Amino acid sequence: MTHPLRLHVPEPTLRPGDSPDFSGVPIPKAGSVRRPPVDADPEDIRDLAFTIIRVMARNGQAVGDWAPDIDDDELRTGLRHMMLLREYDARMLMAQRQGKSSFYMQHLGEEAISCGFRRELAEGDMNFPTYRQAGLLIADDYPMLLMMNQVYSNEGDTVHGRQLPVFYSSKDHGFFSISGNLATQYPQAVGWAMASAIKGATNIAAAWIGDGSTAENDFHAGLVFASTYKAPVVLNIVNNQWAISTFQGIARGGSGTFAARGHGFGIPALRVDGNDYLAVRAVARWAAQRARANLGPTLIEYVTYRVAGHSTSDDPSAYRPKEEGSAWPLGDPILRLRDHLIARGAWSEERHTQAEAEIRAEVIATQKEAEAIGTLTSGRLPSPAHMFEDVFEAPTPHLVRQRHEMGV
Amino acid sequence: MARMSMIEALRSAMDVSLERDPSVIVFGEDVGYFGGVFRCTAGLQAKYGEARVFDTPINESAIVGLAVGMAAEGMKPCVEVQFADYVFPAYDQITQEAARLRHRSNQQFTCPLVVRMPTGGGIFGGQTHSQSPEALFTHVAGLKVVIPSTPYDAKGLLVAAIEDPDPVIFLEPKRIYNGPFYGDHAGTSVNWSSHPAGEVPEEHYTVPLGKAAVTRSGSDVTVLTYGTMVYVAEAAVKAAGLDAEIIDLRTLLPLDLETIRASVEKTGRCVVVHEATRTSGFGAELIAEVQEACFWHLKAPVLRVAGWDAPYPHAQEWDYFPSAERIARALSKVMED
Repeated sequence: MTHPLRLHVPEPTLRPGDSPDFSGVPIPKAGSVRRPPVDADPEDIRDLAFTIIRVMARNGQAVGDWAPDIDDDELRTGLRHMMLLREYDARMLMAQRQGKSSFYMQHLGEEAISCGFRRELAEGDMNFPTYRQAGLLIADDYPMLLMMNQVYSNEGDTVHGRQLPVFYSSKDHGFFSISGNLATQYPQAVGWAMASAIKGATNIAAAWIGDGSTAENDFHAGLVFASTYKAPVVLNIVNNQWAISTFQGIARGGSGTFAARGHGFGIPALRVDGNDYLAVRAVARWAAQRARANLGPTLIEYVTYRVAGHSTSDDPSAYRPKEEGSAWPLGDPILRLRDHLIARGAWSEERHTQAEAEIRAEVIATQKEAEAIGTLTSGRLPSPAHMFEDVFEAPTPHLVRQRHEMGV
Repeated sequence: MARMSMIEALRSAMDVSLERDPSVIVFGEDVGYFGGVFRCTAGLQAKYGEARVFDTPINESAIVGLAVGMAAEGMKPCVEVQFADYVFPAYDQITQEAARLRHRSNQQFTCPLVVRMPTGGGIFGGQTHSQSPEALFTHVAGLKVVIPSTPYDAKGLLVAAIEDPDPVIFLEPKRIYNGPFYGDHAGTSVNWSSHPAGEVPEEHYTVPLGKAAVTRSGSDVTVLTYGTMVYVAEAAVKAAGLDAEIIDLRTLLPLDLETIRASVEKTGRCVVVHEATRTSGFGAELIAEVQEACFWHLKAPVLRVAGWDAPYPHAQEWDYFPSAERIARALSKVMED
């Protein structure tokens, strides 16, 4: 007897109007996952792709093998980076709502990942980020004024208004030019790392991708090539559960973890609490050491939650329960690091409140400076002549003609 | 001077470049140990080592994607896509990444890479071993597009392309890898050793990008063409008994409009010839430029002879491939007007 076939289309269990429920997401206890040596054979650490490495316990204490040795000053700096990024996001979101820029994308809830990872890289290492890793710039002390100038596309924009807001680029800060085309940066990061190895240099690369974009061909290509040539690259996947409106199950997250995909390519994989600043630092350190020791690539899945809408053009209440972000069981990365610092006697509620106020004032002052240069709709904008420059190193005859035709 | 086929000339270009500049690297499918399915990289891995000339997994997007990352790091990758027909998985990396990197990053990152690919038909290659996709690259801001027709030009242009600071799509007409092809598929084939353009210096030299070559001077009509069709056009001109001027464009972008203009202003007539399909092919751009630049000198409409607007067939190869007869008919027609 035969039955008609039926198509399976994964659906999130909850939709708008439902109450948030993450009871089905298994969360291992902080400190419960072992830390293998960096030269571990991928086969021997398969379990690390199916769990979640966590360091900070509920009471704020750092526990277990993965608790990194980081001093108070550096942790306060880390907290400051995350708070700066959150405040920057809030101000830029508001500026977009006021019509001062065309577009913005927040990091709300994901601050620990890019801010923490950057601190484990060395000068000269190169990130190939997506549009949601601005913490890589902030944690490397890239001037926030330049980031704002880019968002406003004003005359101070280092890329002359050619790119959409948040598509930053800084070679000096190890931040590769962002592209709108998803996943393209994955094989590029592998190539950059291979070039470093071909030259006999010591720098490593880091690739970045979201959960949704792992479905792109270039994700698979990046893994094959990284594995084939044992490229000194850290392959990061930020699993924030959502790709615009599609839940991670559409990218087949439900069929296993994203970290587990590394094992099909012989690449060791770690799965980590993306809202645990200490755990992010610890796995980034492990993977960077491994790459620097010429032991090859590591895949890291950061488990987090995209609290904000995808972008200023998105309304998440149309596809997921409201308040889901606040129900996320891994909590808020800033509050968790704050609690850890308080638990180790290196911070206090008062200092935190004071820091919030100081950071707000600092970001607002920078914003005024940027807006004094210009916004998308007012002030000093990049010259139209910039459109014709840098298409090639030297202007070609046809571009010279077109520029003359435009009269700039 | 040595006698070289186009294959040997291309290999010599990579050899010279690998020797002169440690940042030059060569890779692609079957390019390393085996030396390439067309032998263009034979011996290079043995000479320069596996870190500079190597085989890759079969993934065009990643081959170019790697090259973009390497170029951003300061290398000069010269990569191979086995057939131009298989470049499409890499189209995203070429058009959205390589082509725009300098512009979108304000020169912080640049992309001095070369993507070599055998192109064109006339070899019973069927649908996926015969295509001529040049128009899909000339349409993309930020790419240079080169196609040689002789061993001498192939080497000089490839060395220039590798040294160029911008991404270059380097199309190699595989029908003329071993010798010129005049469109007489039933006749005996000549090889480069008995053709003057097979004389190739063994040392370093360049042929500048963006400069066309007048391969035959004439006063009746200008023929604009490139690749294999340079020879088929030559046969057609002979058959038509006309004093035609043949221009081998060599670089499609940037286009040498000055050489084209000087010729058409002299002859007043123009025929464009390419293997690629007709509609929205590069010929359309050439005709538009000619009519804009030379309108008052034209004595007849500009005609084009191109591949038909159909996928490249197998059994019907010689009905599809623009023949010397078809070109000769077009030449006669513009002379009548």
